[in-house]
Amino acid sequence: MSDSRRARVLLTGAALAFLALLLLVPLAAVFSEALRKGWATFFATFDNYDAQYAILLTLLVAGISVPLNLVFGLAAAWAVTKHDFPGKSILVTLIDLPFSVSPVVSGLILVLVFGVNGWLGPYLHGAGIQIIFAVPGIVLATVFVTFPFVARELIPAMEATGREEEQAAVMLGASGWQILRRITLPNVRWALLYGVLLCNARAMGEFGAVSVVSGHIRGETNTVPLHVEILYNEYNFVAAFAMASLLALLALLTLVAKTALEWRIQHMEKQVVTERTRHRDPALSGPVK
Amino acid sequence: MSLSALNISKHFGKTRALENVSLEVKSGQLVALLGPSGSGKTTLLRIMAGLDFPDPGCGSRLLFEGRDVMDLPARKRGVGMVFQHYALFRNMNVYDNVAFGMTVLKGAERPTKKEIRDRVNELLGKVHLEGFERRMPHQLSGGQRQRVALARAVAIRPQILLLDEPFGALDAKVRKELRRWLRAFQEEEKLTTVFVTHDQEEALELADEVVVMNNARVEQSGSPQEVYDHPASPFVIEFLGNVNRLLRGRSMPDGQKSRLYVRPHDIEIGPIVPGHTLEARVLHVFSAGSVGRVTLEYLETGEMLEAEVPRSEVDSMHLGAGQTVGLRFRHTRVFTRREDTTQELVEVPYVRE
Repeated sequence: MSDSRRARVLLTGAALAFLALLLLVPLAAVFSEALRKGWATFFATFDNYDAQYAILLTLLVAGISVPLNLVFGLAAAWAVTKHDFPGKSILVTLIDLPFSVSPVVSGLILVLVFGVNGWLGPYLHGAGIQIIFAVPGIVLATVFVTFPFVARELIPAMEATGREEEQAAVMLGASGWQILRRITLPNVRWALLYGVLLCNARAMGEFGAVSVVSGHIRGETNTVPLHVEILYNEYNFVAAFAMASLLALLALLTLVAKTALEWRIQHMEKQVVTERTRHRDPALSGPVK
Repeated sequence: MSLSALNISKHFGKTRALENVSLEVKSGQLVALLGPSGSGKTTLLRIMAGLDFPDPGCGSRLLFEGRDVMDLPARKRGVGMVFQHYALFRNMNVYDNVAFGMTVLKGAERPTKKEIRDRVNELLGKVHLEGFERRMPHQLSGGQRQRVALARAVAIRPQILLLDEPFGALDAKVRKELRRWLRAFQEEEKLTTVFVTHDQEEALELADEVVVMNNARVEQSGSPQEVYDHPASPFVIEFLGNVNRLLRGRSMPDGQKSRLYVRPHDIEIGPIVPGHTLEARVLHVFSAGSVGRVTLEYLETGEMLEAEVPRSEVDSMHLGAGQTVGLRFRHTRVFTRREDTTQELVEVPYVRE
């Protein structure tokens, strides 16, 4: 065995072992713990109000925040890639902000602004609106934390397609809305779907920010990740892992869909690239001038 | 529809793209904006289209048939545009690409499905792409894409057609064919057309009028023959076709520095006649084409020049490297550097000694 080959085997082995230890073993552990007392006990976990409520609340929160971020992300990406305006780089930085801020801090900021003793607290309280320790707070926290996902996927995709098609559509008399619907969106549909997928996975799995604003009220403000924590803290391991297995399953599904989409996007890009090279192949085009 | 662009100035940040440029296009004319890259020609085209705007407060005006359209948004100007890389809608087939401009119309303006179909079929026939309706853009060759882009642009019956480097991305043979075809198409549709090119041959062959641009300004405009035969500046003469530049640093009788330009086909090669010919040595003879190309060294200054002479002369004179021959210039241009404005060069007659 030559040195370089040995190094390769060693490095690959190390990487695989690392992955197995950190990803596969825990994943297997989640499912094996959840099923430790058999399928009956596993399903029994979901046969109570609090668990079902947590699942429904998680679906509701994702159902609100993902469409919102779809719209926000689309608007932000469209503004950044198809238009020039002062302050554009600041906007790009702001889009990434939720990635760089710890989710706990995001949650605390919401409490600071909307909480009973927060800046807007008195007015909201007066109007009978409760945001913190209630569903609106959870939605707000989730929207904030998951904001970058759609925009981050769309910006490079929209940049890659350029502005010429949109300009051609303008010259043909199309309105902004027609251009968005018929040119821009179809061109980035796979990237958009990918962004939505990641956004959804994060929205359903978010713990930190939601934990701060939720108040952990069972049957009222408990999402699946929060419910997992509660069950675990009560030493109800089978139930905790059964709930956790839902999130793990979501992760696996997301991974499969993501891989399929990535393959699809790469396939499309390859098509575009071959198109471009054919377009500019010096062997095919005559001398310029 | 006639088009006039008046006093157009445009800066991108600190970069000057257009400096007080004016342009007149008569109705039905085909005009070429010719210049090297960075000369501002594409910016001027985009301003006419409404995709870019001149600097405010410079008195820039854009008139279509005498009517100011500067405040009209691009989508309402009724201008057809063909982009450099065609910008076909990649998610639509050829039919939908061509039909697009009609399908975005609203209410009473919108043609019926049948009218749209008839118009698309008529245009696809004109651009020789019948049977390609269901193809996607990436399944087409460069020339086919260009024709789809053209059909799409004229489908909305524009009064003015703008083309940005329409043949730039095509190979030489397709380019020549499409050039002739475009000219015929433009004449048939009587479309006022402006196209941008950096290819002088293309501009001279295709256009009714050539506007030579350099460094954000118009250097000269006129018919192809005018600009070729009477170039207004050294830039124009150097940009339009091959030219020899001679007498580097030589002074005119009044002491001004001058440059002499002579086109290769304006050089006659013959025996030396003292006092009437310039002496040169043949360095190389290349005679594999329709004309013989002869590289010469002008003995007085050591400058190199290239001459084009008929093949028959190359053969009859037995031209070969090392020979000393006499040169006569049929037609020359001399430019001197004026003393008051060192930037500007004006033409003066060249007096042969």
